[in-house]
Amino acid sequence: MKHTTMKKMIALALATIMLVALCACGGGSSEPEAGASAEAFKLGGTGPLTGGAAIYGNAAKNGAQIAVDEINAMGGIQFELKYEDDAHDAEKAVNAYNALKDWGMQLSLGSVTSAPANATSAEGFADRIFSLTPSASAPTVIEGKDNMFQMCFLDYPTQGGASAQYISDMQLGEKIGIIWKNDEDYSTGLRNSFVDKAEELGLTIVAESTFTEDNNDFSVQLTEMQNAGADLVFLPMYYQPASLIFAQANAMGYAPKWFGVDGMDGILTMEGFDPTLAEGVMLLTPFNADSTDEATQAFVAKYQELYNEIPNQFAADAYDCIYAYKQALEAAGATPDMSAEELNDLMIQQFTSMTFDGLTGTGMTWDATGAVSKSAHGMVIQDGAYVGLD
Amino acid sequence: MTFLNYLLSGISLGSIYAIIALGYTMVYGIAKMLNFAHGDVIMVGAYICFFAVSRFALPPLVGVLAAMAVCTVLGILVERLAYKPLRAAPSLAVLITAIGVSYFLQNGAQLLWTPNPKVFSSVVGTGRLALFGGQLTVSYVTITTIVSCIVIMVALTLFTGNTKMGKAMRACSEDKGAAQLMGINVNSTISVTFAIGSGLAAIAGVLLCSAYPNLVPTTGSMPGIKAFTAAVFGGIGSIPGAFLGGLLLGVIEIFAKAYISTQLSDAVVFAVLIVVLLVKPTGLLGKQIREKV
Repeated sequence: MKHTTMKKMIALALATIMLVALCACGGGSSEPEAGASAEAFKLGGTGPLTGGAAIYGNAAKNGAQIAVDEINAMGGIQFELKYEDDAHDAEKAVNAYNALKDWGMQLSLGSVTSAPANATSAEGFADRIFSLTPSASAPTVIEGKDNMFQMCFLDYPTQGGASAQYISDMQLGEKIGIIWKNDEDYSTGLRNSFVDKAEELGLTIVAESTFTEDNNDFSVQLTEMQNAGADLVFLPMYYQPASLIFAQANAMGYAPKWFGVDGMDGILTMEGFDPTLAEGVMLLTPFNADSTDEATQAFVAKYQELYNEIPNQFAADAYDCIYAYKQALEAAGATPDMSAEELNDLMIQQFTSMTFDGLTGTGMTWDATGAVSKSAHGMVIQDGAYVGLD
Repeated sequence: MTFLNYLLSGISLGSIYAIIALGYTMVYGIAKMLNFAHGDVIMVGAYICFFAVSRFALPPLVGVLAAMAVCTVLGILVERLAYKPLRAAPSLAVLITAIGVSYFLQNGAQLLWTPNPKVFSSVVGTGRLALFGGQLTVSYVTITTIVSCIVIMVALTLFTGNTKMGKAMRACSEDKGAAQLMGINVNSTISVTFAIGSGLAAIAGVLLCSAYPNLVPTTGSMPGIKAFTAAVFGGIGSIPGAFLGGLLLGVIEIFAKAYISTQLSDAVVFAVLIVVLLVKPTGLLGKQIREKV
């Protein structure tokens, strides 16, 4: 008796799980079914659409979708876009990648975040599927893989160095402190390149402190900075921990100059965030949603209309990826009936020779390693908005 | 002074663990089950308070009460739908169901409220009490949390010791079968336990987010696990044990960060837990229960 009840319960639980899973899938895939048309290029990408990093994956997916819709409406080259969820997990990313390959993906948008991108780029390299990742900035994503390219502003070894250069040029701080997240490739890479460049330039780093995932209490790190007398603190991290650091430093009465990185973008659009906490925060960034540039404004307006929020850099990078593909495919005269391998060779040729203008920069070029070269702008947050520093 | 500052930081962090641990330990003590969804009920409470205060501009106190009301109903619902049908099942099945409920709440919150982080504005203000001419400071959130912990502790002890429902709860915790024979409605007693535990979770959620104002659907999970550790540390099932365990865990964590390594702090915390459990298997204030064979 007891046994059958248990069985029923398990059956019910399984049924519920399947139902939930079905609903989840139903919500995410508005794309046409596999093999629906031979007129469109099949573009696939993986990103965290659920879980803690979902904000980045969804932003990239939405940004890419806007570009695809615009391009399809123009006639000419047609795209079919499919994003699979990798939940910011390398193993799930490989499964997602394989699902896309079965679907018939011809060109890839890689993965949105670095750890999954490391895994999927190895697969894409072996399968000869060309990839242009909007935002996975780890150097290991493209290292030694001739068909892996990046759209994100300055792969981070450059960004960390550029930040140090900027601080030195503008004489922003005498004693520099760094708080970084040492269980994350992004933060560690930025910190390393910053420190290397800072030593070269003779900047004084008085304190360094680290934190890890799920850490909410920064009192120890901030006390270390304060005790060392740091007058400028470099924060190579995403905006979520940064918002906690600002709030806790403010409560402690510690007010150094803050210097962020591109991951800081998004802090002002956090619901409920008090912008006075981020007053005077400086950062280098290629995309600014408040820009007066016409293309940027049109993109921001469309994104807001469709998704009810201000797009961040991930969305802009993904948007640019699609247009870069369009330009390269047109220049190469590629057609959708070509195999992934044929397209792969054409794209390597095109990307290493073309110049691309997008939302996140003008005159972008790629070298043979797959790294993009574009310039960053110094920005400072004033009265709750980004203002150009130069 | 730096040492004292670290100590105060530890107490601040510990007081948050303590208030979450109280809910864990209360449910475990009576229903004898580990409600791993407790951390996620905390998250729901924080969201409700956030929407009440930020979106509908209600006073913070109303926000807290609304969060408590919603969480209490949620707790009863979860108990009715997920745990009650498993009353006769092995405890492992209930444990796994609790983990399932935890994921269900997290993903539900993500669908309803998007994964974008929200910034919670503290219900007691961001001010700090300065001591020794400003060399030491304690935030109002910490003071509120510690006072709330003590009030809840005393109230729970009085409630379980003196009221009829409290006595029924203790009876159920000792022997469900015998309690039923004595005419106690075991099912409704356990439902009341969940209702109280979830109401406490709402308070914990509001205070957690007042101290660390970042609100995402996974906000409750890590503090939930740490608080569970704190409850085991202090002796799970023991109400003062949860308070002591929480405070000690917070202080150890901050000291480990400050004097050993910011990376290894969690490892140090869990190592201390292992040592305590080796020496005193029922936790610091846990009762020694002799198993009848």
